[in-house]
Amino acid sequence: MRSGIIAKKVGMTRLFMEDGKQIPVTVLQLDGLQVVAQRTAEKDGYSAVQLGAGASKVKRVSKAMRGHFAAAKVEPKRKLAEFRVSEDNLIGVGEEISAEHYLSGQKVDVTGTSIGKGFAGAMKRHNFGGLRASHGVSISHRSHGSTGQCQDPGKVFKGKKMAGHMGAARVTTQNLEVVRTDAERGLVFIKGAVPGSKGGWVTVKDAVKKKLPDGVPFPAALKSAAAAAAEAPAEEAPAEGGEA
Amino acid sequence: MDLIAQLEAEQIAALGKDIPDFKAGDTVRVGYKVTEGTRTRVQNYEGVCISRKNGDGIDGSFTVRKISFGEGVERVFPLYSTNIDSITVVRRGKVRRAKLYYLRSRRGKSARIAEVTNYKPKSGARA
Repeated sequence: MRSGIIAKKVGMTRLFMEDGKQIPVTVLQLDGLQVVAQRTAEKDGYSAVQLGAGASKVKRVSKAMRGHFAAAKVEPKRKLAEFRVSEDNLIGVGEEISAEHYLSGQKVDVTGTSIGKGFAGAMKRHNFGGLRASHGVSISHRSHGSTGQCQDPGKVFKGKKMAGHMGAARVTTQNLEVVRTDAERGLVFIKGAVPGSKGGWVTVKDAVKKKLPDGVPFPAALKSAAAAAAEAPAEEAPAEGGEA
Repeated sequence: MDLIAQLEAEQIAALGKDIPDFKAGDTVRVGYKVTEGTRTRVQNYEGVCISRKNGDGIDGSFTVRKISFGEGVERVFPLYSTNIDSITVVRRGKVRRAKLYYLRSRRGKSARIAEVTNYKPKSGARA
């Protein structure tokens, strides 16, 4: 199991492919994505990497967090997230991850916080049908209707779908396809929509329900490894994917 | 320029399409690539452009209406579709609407559009 990434949702656009297809894509941006801490089985009982992304003003970071970032020798990050990894896939603290972490065509799961809809009625929230437009229905065209039976059971069952707060919840969309990556600018193009608003943070992981394709970089696509490969003779460049 | 606009501008440059200046009311001929089995050929579709949508960026599209065998046919083309081989303006029409949906309920004489005789290309735009 390898690490995921934290990315910022930039927005959506479309890509025209050579075969005449057009693909709706969401553009995700990796912004200073670095390993901030490691969790190891000996110390914490599980192995994971804590990643940080974005830039935060030093004066707006609490003293405790400043110490945490200082220990890792990284700039203060805006967003932190932990990713469970197997022990051989732990990444060194301070390493920077690039967008080549994902291959085009690969399936990923994207988690984000959905756009808040406020207090929503049963029709919008649970796709209820509402009441009829005429035939004596008065004022309650969008109401949910009956909520239960009669004196027996004499109560409304727990979990009854009703109006209430909708959205602003953690949502994972599974099996989205990575269409393209741009390592230079740190962009990942994902087919379709991902949860959340523009400028929101999402986490991207390898799809749990799909097999990992061959050639994905282990433990991660690191910028330090890419730089080392660039310095090495050009013939070795194709091997970069395996090492990184 | 925000990142999305920048990416779209780059894609437009990479596609290298030559889109003429046209608007609703103009008669256009669209060369559309059709794949039959393994062979690809260009099929021309000529008619009146009755609407332009979503600007002239990567999201833009236009609708072309023609009367085919007595039946009105409308096709919507994305402006930057890679399936479009060429777009040529056949005739420039003089209309007072941005969307000519009223043509759907008209036939023959009343569905005619007067021609613009004094067409001037917009500064910077291609003819």
